[in-house]
Amino acid sequence: MSNDTTPFLSIRNLARNFGAFRALRDIDLDIHRGEFVCFLGPSGCGKTTLLRAVAGLDQQDSGTIHMSGRDVSHASPSERDFGIVFQSYALFPNLTVADNVGYGLVNRRRSRDEIARRVDELLTLVGLPDQGKKYPVQLSGGQQQRVALARALATAPELLLLDEPLSALDAKVRLRLRDEMRSLQQRLGVTTIMVTHDQEEALAMADRIVVMRDGAVEQVGSPEEIYRRPATPFVADFVGHMTFLDAVVTGPGKVRVDELDLVVANAAPFAVGTPVRLAMRPEEVRTRGIGEETLNRFEATIGDLAFLGSFCRAHLQPTGSRATRIAADFSTNAMRDLGIVPGQVRAVAFPPEALHVFAGEGR
Amino acid sequence: MSDLAQRLTMTDASVKVSPLRIGERHVAGALILALCTVLVLIIALPLWALLSKSLEDTDGKFVGLANFVSYATTPSLFYSLLNSLLVASVTTVIVVPLAFLYAYALRRSCIPAKGAFYAAAMIPVFAPSLLSGLALIYLFGNQGMLKSWMMGASLYGPVGIIAAETLYSFPHAMLILVTALALSDGRLREAADAMGTSRWRIFRTITLPGARYGVISATFVVFTLVITDFGIPKVIGGQFSVLATDAYRQVVGQQNFPMGAVVGIILLVPAVLAFFVDRVVQRRQSAMLSARAVPYVPRADRQRDLALLGFVSLIALAIVGPYAIAFWGSFVRYWPYNLSLTLSNYDFAQVEPDGWGTYANSLMLASLTAMIGTALIFTGAYLIEKVKLFPRLRAFAQFLAMLPMAVPGLVLGLGYVFFYNAGWNPLGFLYGTLTILVINTIAHFYTVGHITALTSLKQLDGEFESVSASLKVPFWSTFRRVTAPICLPAILDIAVYVFVNALTTVSAVIFLYGADTKLASIAIVHMDEAGAMASAAGMASIIMATAIAVKLLHVGLDQLVFGRLQQWRQR
Repeated sequence: MSNDTTPFLSIRNLARNFGAFRALRDIDLDIHRGEFVCFLGPSGCGKTTLLRAVAGLDQQDSGTIHMSGRDVSHASPSERDFGIVFQSYALFPNLTVADNVGYGLVNRRRSRDEIARRVDELLTLVGLPDQGKKYPVQLSGGQQQRVALARALATAPELLLLDEPLSALDAKVRLRLRDEMRSLQQRLGVTTIMVTHDQEEALAMADRIVVMRDGAVEQVGSPEEIYRRPATPFVADFVGHMTFLDAVVTGPGKVRVDELDLVVANAAPFAVGTPVRLAMRPEEVRTRGIGEETLNRFEATIGDLAFLGSFCRAHLQPTGSRATRIAADFSTNAMRDLGIVPGQVRAVAFPPEALHVFAGEGR
Repeated sequence: MSDLAQRLTMTDASVKVSPLRIGERHVAGALILALCTVLVLIIALPLWALLSKSLEDTDGKFVGLANFVSYATTPSLFYSLLNSLLVASVTTVIVVPLAFLYAYALRRSCIPAKGAFYAAAMIPVFAPSLLSGLALIYLFGNQGMLKSWMMGASLYGPVGIIAAETLYSFPHAMLILVTALALSDGRLREAADAMGTSRWRIFRTITLPGARYGVISATFVVFTLVITDFGIPKVIGGQFSVLATDAYRQVVGQQNFPMGAVVGIILLVPAVLAFFVDRVVQRRQSAMLSARAVPYVPRADRQRDLALLGFVSLIALAIVGPYAIAFWGSFVRYWPYNLSLTLSNYDFAQVEPDGWGTYANSLMLASLTAMIGTALIFTGAYLIEKVKLFPRLRAFAQFLAMLPMAVPGLVLGLGYVFFYNAGWNPLGFLYGTLTILVINTIAHFYTVGHITALTSLKQLDGEFESVSASLKVPFWSTFRRVTAPICLPAILDIAVYVFVNALTTVSAVIFLYGADTKLASIAIVHMDEAGAMASAAGMASIIMATAIAVKLLHVGLDQLVFGRLQQWRQR
């Protein structure tokens, strides 16, 4: 990332309505040169609408977009400088791979040799040398995706837009391409925005994630921030797994869930007696090396166990609390070493720094 | 690798060109505006002229609904309305069940030679409608071979009209029903079979409901086709007058333009109704099939297949037979007394001053209409479907493009007379020229071509234009390099459809031709009026042969296009 303080892309008060449906509400967002940013959210959250507004493919109703300091709010797509890869790839089926990649170069007064050389460079770059003479239909999905990427990069745009570029692929191919795209982006240093509904993809690829919900930005942060310090219950729930418990604040840094008194590290400023929602990730539940003095220690019965490969998800029933059920992930190692079986009663603990406290009423 | 990456970013700084482009937006706006103007001139204004003419007296003064009142109170005119309704209803009742069974045999049984039976039923599409009338006269007319079959009744009148219209409208109903029966989920059949459902119950509860929208659509199409047809009642109707012949007589015979306009508007009613029913039905039909439906594959059933084969053979014979007889008759020296063969009936100059020139005119009209019309229709559909600017203007163009479907040719022809023949119209010089015939024919067959183009454009990835814009390639380049080449088969379809219809149509152009631009299809009407039936049949046969040849050429070309020029379609 550059130290340049003026953002490359600057979005202010962007709004878009489809009839009564508010697809985008007052979006403010800065994206810096060379960044890889993911728009993450469930379907209908406005992430694709936002991407298309940046591209100029859909005009916003109000608000501004600046690109490299230039106001492009009302510029047509061809007056902006970006390359785009769609979920369908939108490769021209009647043109060869080479013609697809060179499509944007042809009308730029460049000689045929120059174009051919550039196309070769690009195809090598995406790992498809010598495939130029084939037609798109003769390529696999992953190969088509790379051709679409090469085509988008051909004119060396300052901004690369990716609209769910991996979701049409098989799981294995998706994992490989995700790493390839990320390293290619870092090598070229091209500012990139990717739209995705897959939180794992966003966590693995992005420098920053923009979590969206109902047309508004819910949280912006690095993958680590989003995962470790979700700003809202929605983010907490959408990214990774999370158990939510109803609790009451009993003192500074203290909450009570049913009969359990718990210490929380990042206690938000809630008054005593306020109902709150307590959240924790299943993998944060500790069961090794717990002594009498361990904070937030309690006894629980192991409920049903679901085998998920490298770990097991257990449902814990704290002793002395009927209503509460807590999800906990135990690695296959721990399962074997500690001999965890259903019905067993064990001592477990929540580390205070792993507990998140949110306001009680919904959002 | 990182070297390469660096080089890539380096070379590019020099590549960026200054945006020296004509504003795409302006070009798109100008094109859409031009499309709207053309459609207003060739569709909207003639129709408006028809509507306003019906509210005027012969001197052009506004008289409100007076013409309609006098129409309803003139018995001779009012009876034609009843006659038309009778003829159209009876024909519909005969054609739709027959066409349904025929289509059922083609889609849901294992009879042999389905392709040949399909082709046989399509024959009437390639001939002017009145050839079926001529054919029946050869068979059952006053000098007919099988006159005894009539048992003394006269062919000239409702009987002949209904029989000829049945022949003529059969393929149109069959086409719709074949499509409707193709849309069916084989799994429903399998589920019913698994539950041991009887065959009749399957037919009643699965097959028939599945095709019901097709049946409704076919019913309206046949009814409209028959009530607006001009050729058949003209040659075989005798003294039995119907709406279409009335309109012709009022305008061409008595120069009573307002009354002609009234008849035109009455003819508009069933067509407009059919249009809206069809739209509703189309929407329902597409919603009925889920993406996961499995097409039904019929299994052999000896008894059923034999019965259907018998039926289909009979119908095919009843369709091909008359046309073959008419073809034969055109070579016969003096039907039915001297059956020796001669080419003298094809010396058209004997009975028609323009002779073979009319055929040349028809070819010229069909070629020009196919070329100009296809270019206009496809480009127009592209602008409406793919250019995402000026939504209001595009919606207006879309409305105008769908309008001709609801307007019978005869009505459109009347509108052209009133609009282009009006004294105040600066475009009046077009009247009687080849140009107006071409324009009128394009307008007449616009909608079907438009829908074909839209369907094929909708199948393209919606993001082609977005990708092009991001690469700074103007939309017209993408149209030329990608969209049009991919849609080539659809473009060919449109061209052939327009060509064949331009050859065979009578109804609209009969009001518009001039001294030098008489068409073969109109010459047939005149030769028949002059009593030269063999020559009329000869000219109709020539047209039919030309249309079929063009269709065969199309089939061959299609294979070439798919096989050689579009290798990218195959893996």
